[in-house]
Amino acid sequence: MNTGPVEFGAPNPANRLPRRLVAAVAVPPAAFLALFYAWPFATLLVRGLAGSAVADTLGDGRTWEVLWFTAWQAVLSTVATIVIGLPATWAIARFRFPGRRLLAATLTAVFVLPTVVVGAAFLALLPGSLDRSVWAIVGAHVAFNLAVVVRVVGAAWTPLPHDLDHAAATLGASPWAAFRLVTWPLLRPAAASAAGIVFLFTFTSFGVVRVLGGTGRATIEVEVWRRATQLGDIGGAATLTVLQLVLLGTAVLVAQRYQRRQGAAVELQHGDGRAQRPAPRRGRQRLLVAGAAAGTATIVLAPLAALVDRSFRFGDGYSLEAWRSLGDTEVRPGINLGIDPLDALARSLTTAVWATLFAVVIGGAAIVAVDALGRSGRLLDTGLMLPLGTSAVTIGFGMLITFDTDPVDWRAAWWLVPVGHALVATPFVVRTGLGVLRNVDPDLRNAAATLGASPTRAWLATTVPFLRRPLASGAGIAAAISLGEFGATSFLSRSGGETLPIAIEQLLGRTGRLFQAQAFAMSAILAALTIAIVVSVDVLAGAGERTGEGDRARRR
Amino acid sequence: MLDVDDITVRFGERTVLDRVSLHVADGEIVALLGPSGSGKSTLLRVIAGIVVPDAGRVVVGGADVTALPTHRRSVGMVFQDEQLFPHLTVAGNIEFALKVRGDAKAARAEAVQRWLRVAGLAGFERRSVDGLSGGERKRVALARSLAPEPAVLLLDEPLTGLDRELHDRLTREVRAILRDAGVTAVWVTHDPEEADMVADRTVRLDDLTGTLPP
Repeated sequence: MNTGPVEFGAPNPANRLPRRLVAAVAVPPAAFLALFYAWPFATLLVRGLAGSAVADTLGDGRTWEVLWFTAWQAVLSTVATIVIGLPATWAIARFRFPGRRLLAATLTAVFVLPTVVVGAAFLALLPGSLDRSVWAIVGAHVAFNLAVVVRVVGAAWTPLPHDLDHAAATLGASPWAAFRLVTWPLLRPAAASAAGIVFLFTFTSFGVVRVLGGTGRATIEVEVWRRATQLGDIGGAATLTVLQLVLLGTAVLVAQRYQRRQGAAVELQHGDGRAQRPAPRRGRQRLLVAGAAAGTATIVLAPLAALVDRSFRFGDGYSLEAWRSLGDTEVRPGINLGIDPLDALARSLTTAVWATLFAVVIGGAAIVAVDALGRSGRLLDTGLMLPLGTSAVTIGFGMLITFDTDPVDWRAAWWLVPVGHALVATPFVVRTGLGVLRNVDPDLRNAAATLGASPTRAWLATTVPFLRRPLASGAGIAAAISLGEFGATSFLSRSGGETLPIAIEQLLGRTGRLFQAQAFAMSAILAALTIAIVVSVDVLAGAGERTGEGDRARRR
Repeated sequence: MLDVDDITVRFGERTVLDRVSLHVADGEIVALLGPSGSGKSTLLRVIAGIVVPDAGRVVVGGADVTALPTHRRSVGMVFQDEQLFPHLTVAGNIEFALKVRGDAKAARAEAVQRWLRVAGLAGFERRSVDGLSGGERKRVALARSLAPEPAVLLLDEPLTGLDRELHDRLTREVRAILRDAGVTAVWVTHDPEEADMVADRTVRLDDLTGTLPP
């Protein structure tokens, strides 16, 4: 941990990096951001706030239906996620049991799965009568976001001493009374944070609702897509996007005020701060922990198992037909489907390679620029985080309506989709890298200077070697994001240029068992690819942590 | 009255308590002495029902409570690190047990005032427990445990970690409070001097092993 430089007075300006060098690394990311994020965003605002569009959209009954559905499914999903997540958090955060880490890792894996895959998994799991109902949507949202509750609430629950429960019990409180009167009030701020995050995710849910919503059930995001790409109502779609931004902005402000009030109320004394995770006591406690763990595992694993199972179903029994026909666009002699699954897979992989390359180059330049710029780097840093707070649908839609006229008619350009993906992925690359660079002791650079290194040389020697690992991690994250990206791609990909998630969604929407089975098979492939990448990144980060520890220990 | 009969507790291979027995008469304060790690706290946790013994039984006021959950035993406990509820005020902590048991608001308010006075905390009711000194925290923990008038009160090194002067003053005060309340208590400590000051009788954990009470 870097405790910050000791203040010895103003640093010597002669030791600063040459301006031209700083400009050379700062300009590309700034330009990328301005061209592909700020400009489309501004275009969207202008189109969305145009007088007639606002009046037409707000006067349309459908708009209010969509708003109502978006809000109540998000509230229902959030409440369900918290209620179902609490027992899971209790077991994982409070107790030691075989498979605890595996369960936590599984929840995280589901959290990073592409939205289309999770949607497909619930389609595979639920019987026909339920598979395109609001319950399917809520179920998918719960499975998806359990990891948020377990992580955020768990971080507050783990340090609570078990003796606090025991103290309540010696004062006559039953386990339920102890939870209601002691534990819950102490967890409430964390639960509120988790609820805020889940609400944000489910309010802007796109992929899950596209797959499971059927006709007539649309969140704002889905309605934006429908109006923009299916109905050609660009103005209305833009207005809805702006409306969503306003609603979410207000929600965030309200949440912040609430948290500030709550946060001051309780300051916990965490004892020695170590996690106390005893094995559950024999009897009822052990049963409850086992039940919570098994129930949670079922909720997240059953849909994935159903996905794989359904990919092997064809006709009345099991068959490899769906997997065998993945490379075949001809369903029956002479009938051509237009979607070639293997082709989509290949395109997704190529797209991911380019998106990763863009994200790493732009992100890498941004990391060194923010670091080299010092205080003025903050602006670039904040700017690069903006795409993170903007939904992928907004990003894709903005690009769609901006780059459609000469000289910037890039709709047919092969690189437009990877650039969209890179925009979504770059913030992750920047965060990973900056975190590491900020931990480099500034005196390391001073030491290089005293050994005769020029400012540029000293800076290279104290940044480049530290960036390799975070950039590799960032590349993995970018690749995973690109492979599963659905929101922006829904706007940017063209017919015949489908990526895997787009192809899956289209196949799921067609009638015909073979198409469904193919979609499930492709979802399984996409899930496996994503999990493989995320696990590698995790292993890489874990190795980094260990070496980091070693470095610090040696430094002492 | 408290009877501990032949309690055995094993953690895996290790036997922490080996057939321990103890009898405490009504209104008696017994100091339980022993080096740290000897199983004193474990014995208290068995009596409170936090730890389940591998063998033996716990009898409170003539009733076998071995199978009862902690909250149905009427056994209070002062924890070494107090375990005050950080989201509640001083009054909120003291009235906790009364609230759980369903006492009326007026009765609770009256009890809070009485115990604040007894514990030397008059005027502290609306204070947050975060801002309290070490000694004040101990007083709140004691008042909180005494408020429901438990059949047995367990004190797990309640005054460890205070400076000498405060320790000695509090020891005398707490003894007086326990006396006045007429409470049956087991006081765990590793300090023989403290044991002498507070208890009617001092026992060593070693001496309790494998013997039945007279």
